[in-house]
Amino acid sequence: MTATTEHRSRAGRSAGGSSGGPLVIRRGHRRLGHPRRRRSTLLTLLTAIMLIYTLLPLAWLAINATKTQTGLFRSFGLWFDRDFALFGNIADTFTYDGGIFTRWLLNTLLYVIVGAGGATLLATLAGYGLAKFDFPGKKAVFAIVIGAVAVPGTALAVPTFLMFSNLGLTNSPWAIIIPSLVSPFGLYLMWTYAADAVPTEILESARVDGAREFQTFFRISLPLLSPGIVTVLLFNFVVTWNNYFLPLIMLKDPDWYPLTLGLKSWNAQAATAGGEAIFNLVITGSLLTIVPLVVAFLLLQRYWQSGLAAGSVKE
Amino acid sequence: MTTAQASPPGLRAAPRTRRSWTGWRFVGPFMAVFAVVFLAPIAYSIYLSLFRTKLIGGTTFVGADNYLKVLSDAQFWSAFGRVALFLVVQVPIMLFLALLLALAIDSGRLYGTSFFRISVFLPYAVPAVVATLMWGFMYGTRFGLIGNLDDLFGITLPDPLSPSLILTSIGNIVTWEFVGYNMLILYSALRVVNLSLYEAAEIDGASQLRIIWAIKLPALRGALLIATIFSIIGSFQLFNEPSILKSLAPNAITTYFTPNIYAYSLSFAGQQFDYSATVAIVMGVITMIIAYVVQLRGMRKGAGA
Repeated sequence: MTATTEHRSRAGRSAGGSSGGPLVIRRGHRRLGHPRRRRSTLLTLLTAIMLIYTLLPLAWLAINATKTQTGLFRSFGLWFDRDFALFGNIADTFTYDGGIFTRWLLNTLLYVIVGAGGATLLATLAGYGLAKFDFPGKKAVFAIVIGAVAVPGTALAVPTFLMFSNLGLTNSPWAIIIPSLVSPFGLYLMWTYAADAVPTEILESARVDGAREFQTFFRISLPLLSPGIVTVLLFNFVVTWNNYFLPLIMLKDPDWYPLTLGLKSWNAQAATAGGEAIFNLVITGSLLTIVPLVVAFLLLQRYWQSGLAAGSVKE
Repeated sequence: MTTAQASPPGLRAAPRTRRSWTGWRFVGPFMAVFAVVFLAPIAYSIYLSLFRTKLIGGTTFVGADNYLKVLSDAQFWSAFGRVALFLVVQVPIMLFLALLLALAIDSGRLYGTSFFRISVFLPYAVPAVVATLMWGFMYGTRFGLIGNLDDLFGITLPDPLSPSLILTSIGNIVTWEFVGYNMLILYSALRVVNLSLYEAAEIDGASQLRIIWAIKLPALRGALLIATIFSIIGSFQLFNEPSILKSLAPNAITTYFTPNIYAYSLSFAGQQFDYSATVAIVMGVITMIIAYVVQLRGMRKGAGA
């Protein structure tokens, strides 16, 4: 084990794994992987069993999105039918029932942009405030927010519905957006992130120079916080995009449904008397629903991997 | 950036800042919305749980009556027993698989480590609705994989959507959705173990199993605790998967399949909002107590080691 081999294998491993750049030759305490370790075919094959388990259903979904309704019933599930109908299915998904799928997609985008975006903004401000300021009631805020994380979210759903119902907010976008604005997990991540990422000394000197707090926040702190913000935004994006229970109880009018609820209603349609079975559209719509998330996760993997690490290692 | 040794940041983070109300300008907006969507519903459901509404006679204050009714409600305990069974079977299997994956991916002995890490995590990005529909179709005998296998081999496999297997089938869906997420939590904890510990162990001639047992598992204690608590909360809240499977397996999933489905049915099919709120509170309190006990036990073991 010479220094050269160790250096080379470290560089090789980290270039494949984390962010690259200057990190490649960093020699801190943080481990980039075992040096000198030989790859094992046996271990790779054993782990590949789990990989098949995680990827098989997604493969099934992609393959079956290429089949017509009749094709679904006459072909083997993990192989293609003789008719390749993917593009026809996509076109049908967007035009079926007067283009309601497009409406659901736009609704989902609205809930994600306003809800997840707003949640990220509030969590960033509050996480920064908790990490960098001392103020009366701070311990109470800490206790309340940590306690709230343990409250089962769905236990709140029925009372929230009744409250919103009394306020006349149900069956409107506000019923989805307002509850999405609070992300205790996002607050916690931003809080841990801001404590490390923004040096208190810089804030002190900005104060001495007479900068106002919000000026300091936008000019100095925000750029330093941006990797954490992307992580929180990504997780809020997933939570809001995948939201099902809240829309289920809040919305009656299909015009306000997000994609998740819409797909469920398409699937349930086959079970109702006289309802047309459109399993090919349910499958194609499902595939279309997960594509943006999968793409976001693949493009932003550097962020969610480090962000989760920051949040989960601390206890 | 972060180290495993750092304590939670908040309470001691700003020793040199003067104490003032400025911080509230940053925390205030979050807390205002938080009060509307967290604190107010909790208060409101406690209020509701103390009343009973009848068609004749209107709303009357009944004190603890609703709570006593929940405690002797066979449907509630049936639902509770089901999620408790789910918790003690599914969560250990899922966390054990996540642990094996994290150790394998961290070992550096796999070909294509980052491909493994990303692929296993990918199901987390799939909405529960899509995951359940997908697995539900695959479970099906009409155009699902079970039907395909039956045709292919001329056999009749047990129906995953039958009442006796439905809980196992749901457990499989939940495992599929979250095994990668838990793997990532554990993997993140392994990545910050000091490299020199492994070097020292190897100089001492320790085997890989010994290194896993003596260095890696103790380093994972905190992350495993967090993953366990998340999983407990998740199991007790089980709703989406059975609720969506109901259209594919109407006979197997009752209106009191899980406590959350029970609370939902009481409210939206039965209009019994007061009683539904009580069920939700009782379940919330049970969840918090169990999560708290697990946390205390986990921390005590940590201190003893």
